[in-house]
Amino acid sequence: MISFGVNGKKYEVDVRPDTPLLWVLRETIGLTGTKYGCGMAQCGACTVHVEGEAVRSCITPVSSIAGKKIITIEGIGMTKEGKAIQEAWIADDVPQCGYCQSGQIMAAAALLKRIPKPAGADIDQAMEEILCRCGTYQRIRRAIHRAGKMMAKGGKK
Amino acid sequence: MMGIVNLSRRGFLKNGILVGGGLILGLYPPLRSAGGTSNPQGESFMPNAFIRIGTNDIVTIIVNKSEMGQGVYTALPMLLAEELEVDWTKVRIEPAPVDPVYNHTEWGVQGTGGSTSVLSEWERLRKAGATARVMLLKAAADLWKVDPASCRAEKGFVIHNATKRRLSYGKLVGKAAQMEPPKNVPLKEPKDFKIIGKSRRRLDTPEKTDGKAIFGIDVRIPGMLTSVVARPPVFGGKVKSFNSDKARAVPGVKEMVEIDSGVAVVADGFWSAHKGREALEIVWDEGPLAKLSTEGMREEYGRLAKTPGTVARKKGSAQERFSKSAKQIQAEYEVPYLAHACMEPLNCLVDLRNDHCEIWTGTQFQTLDRDSAARVAGLKPEQVRIHTTFLGGGFGRRGNPFSDFVTEAVRVAKAVKKPVKVIWTREDDMRGGYYRPIWYDRIAAGLDEKGNLIAWKHTLVGQSILSGTPFDPKGDVDPASVEGAKEIPYEIPNILVDLHTPKIGVPVLWWRSVGHSHTAFVVESFMDEVAHAAGKDPYELRRKLLSKHPRHLGVLKLAAEKAGWGKPLPKGRGRGIAVHESFGSFIAQVAEVSVSPAGKVHVHKVVCAIDCGRIVNPDTIKAQMESGIVFGLSAVLHGEITFKNGRVVQSNFHDYPLLSMSEMPMVEVHIVPSQEKSGGVGEPGVPPIAPAVGNAVFAAAGKRIRRLPIRSEELKKG
Repeated sequence: MISFGVNGKKYEVDVRPDTPLLWVLRETIGLTGTKYGCGMAQCGACTVHVEGEAVRSCITPVSSIAGKKIITIEGIGMTKEGKAIQEAWIADDVPQCGYCQSGQIMAAAALLKRIPKPAGADIDQAMEEILCRCGTYQRIRRAIHRAGKMMAKGGKK
Repeated sequence: MMGIVNLSRRGFLKNGILVGGGLILGLYPPLRSAGGTSNPQGESFMPNAFIRIGTNDIVTIIVNKSEMGQGVYTALPMLLAEELEVDWTKVRIEPAPVDPVYNHTEWGVQGTGGSTSVLSEWERLRKAGATARVMLLKAAADLWKVDPASCRAEKGFVIHNATKRRLSYGKLVGKAAQMEPPKNVPLKEPKDFKIIGKSRRRLDTPEKTDGKAIFGIDVRIPGMLTSVVARPPVFGGKVKSFNSDKARAVPGVKEMVEIDSGVAVVADGFWSAHKGREALEIVWDEGPLAKLSTEGMREEYGRLAKTPGTVARKKGSAQERFSKSAKQIQAEYEVPYLAHACMEPLNCLVDLRNDHCEIWTGTQFQTLDRDSAARVAGLKPEQVRIHTTFLGGGFGRRGNPFSDFVTEAVRVAKAVKKPVKVIWTREDDMRGGYYRPIWYDRIAAGLDEKGNLIAWKHTLVGQSILSGTPFDPKGDVDPASVEGAKEIPYEIPNILVDLHTPKIGVPVLWWRSVGHSHTAFVVESFMDEVAHAAGKDPYELRRKLLSKHPRHLGVLKLAAEKAGWGKPLPKGRGRGIAVHESFGSFIAQVAEVSVSPAGKVHVHKVVCAIDCGRIVNPDTIKAQMESGIVFGLSAVLHGEITFKNGRVVQSNFHDYPLLSMSEMPMVEVHIVPSQEKSGGVGEPGVPPIAPAVGNAVFAAAGKRIRRLPIRSEELKKG
């Protein structure tokens, strides 16, 4: 049994310890918002927060997160950065197919937590390895700037 | 229940009765689409297959096109809502089941592709909305005992003009449902549009920001197993024998079954199935392609390109005039196999029972997939139901005439007799074939003494996409092979375009913009070469040769003007221009690039002008241009699938990279106002970017890009 917290709830799972956190979230717990894209930390679609840090869940064995707190796309709206990012994403109509967007949002929320008003170069660096085949990058940049401004104004748009 | 009464009435639906129309209410629980659930089963008004209005005023629009990012779940409801006069906040979406009533208006099957969704639905959905509006107006007028002409519809209400009495659509559902739908309802004039042509936020954005959007890979049903399939390492290979002892010992692995395409490992979840497959020992018969190599293909194609092919177009006498021209230029261009690399790897969930089969997948080709699934399952097509989920990208890969990822999953389900979801790993998806074909082109132009372009010869070598599919044109020239090369718009007196169609055995498929993805690169790069050979400005030469093509000219001028064509640039930067028509839309792009001393190309800015005729959602058009440019840039800078010893060399994003955030140029999109027939927007943004960038590299560094992807070693200084 491995126990850990996800979005404020406690879970105990009985799975192979080498199972990546990604598949435990998706199949064991049933939170399918976190996506499988590459399985080798190349695309970022599986990004979640472990103890507040953006982590690639596809290469994170579930055994390594015992006792830790995880936030997924389903819970990121409960944080102030996550809420701002989601609102900005809607305002700028960022997603197209939407498949990579969970990872984009998780990475962007982690960036805002670290740097509340990121410069262009900060965004390029933080978002560099979160791939989007539909090409929403320009809107992601715009939405992150917007979210930063929203947070500075105390959450007002 | 009213809706069901309506549906059973003949003549409502264009193609006869909607088979089991009530099933839409009963057996197709809506995916959670666009921010809420629709009216619960029961009280509703369903005047046709595309609309259901509930007593709660919710207007559910049944969308017959697959949402793969291109925005159809918003643009198509906009068409219908315009005529229905709805309150936009009450609009919900539901994916259509498979039924002839939802067929593409031109293809005769249900599917999404060819950048045709708006064109196909422009009239049908507006009529559907207008019909419902007329019925609701009449229902209210009857209740009030007034003339329907004295009432108007507005934001989900019918209002009596004189007395200002109003009833919401939901209150009129019962009465309207008993009416006969009128024929030939009038449609609005474009000047009266309130929704069409004005940017609307996408209806699917909220659920794509909180993890709730359901893609095929996310669907779970009780008792479901998960499978990964071991497929041959070489296309055309077969299983010779396999030993499953070690795989069986992997915890969670349930079964191993041999199917047409390989050996399916079936387990309680993805990780167990994946581990089981790693432990599986298979001896393959590698088949005739075991020695295939990209280098060998390039040599063979290059040899073919020097010989005459099947003539696709002949105007004047290009060969003769070329050989007599004052100046001759000639070049060879090459593009590689490309994978679609949708972010959501292929997957398909099948629940196969004795007398019916349910399938959940993100598909672009519902009818073909249903019919193929039925054939494999041994059922009738009407016993197979396809639930279309969101597609995590499509780009053509999920519209496969051979239904590869669907039939394979049905075979696995048939063998294990349990509901099973087949998931392709990224490596499976990357190595699974159905690529954009390799092309090798030999192209030549002749100029007269004054530098006028008098002869154009273009030989193309590449596999046919349509051959062997239900869309096979049966002729010697696959139109998809020469589209964009055959009907070049430039005023040239002598043109010869010919084609070689080698049969290779590597599965190929349409890849966002199909033939145009390669022909625009060749034609527009070579036109740049012609301009330089003639000592002319590439933009001015195009203007001159396109004088009879106002829509080409319109976008060309707009893009050049907005990009500041001819104005000075910082040192080391260059601009390139290209214009191309595809899928009924005209697009010009100007790219601004620099080349580092190490030969790395950086695209700083792209200015894009589009004339796509009548427009529905301007912001979606902008998004699709951004999208097409990024998709094209991935191919220009990175994309390449190669073969060695019959095997695909690339496997994942580390060796098949996509454009990343730091490589993203600033993209500026300008839309030409137009009332011409709607063109597409999903694909046409792709073709011009490769030549625009190639031409810009020439302007910046003096080196011509004739082979994609761009190789920095060829641009390195010194």
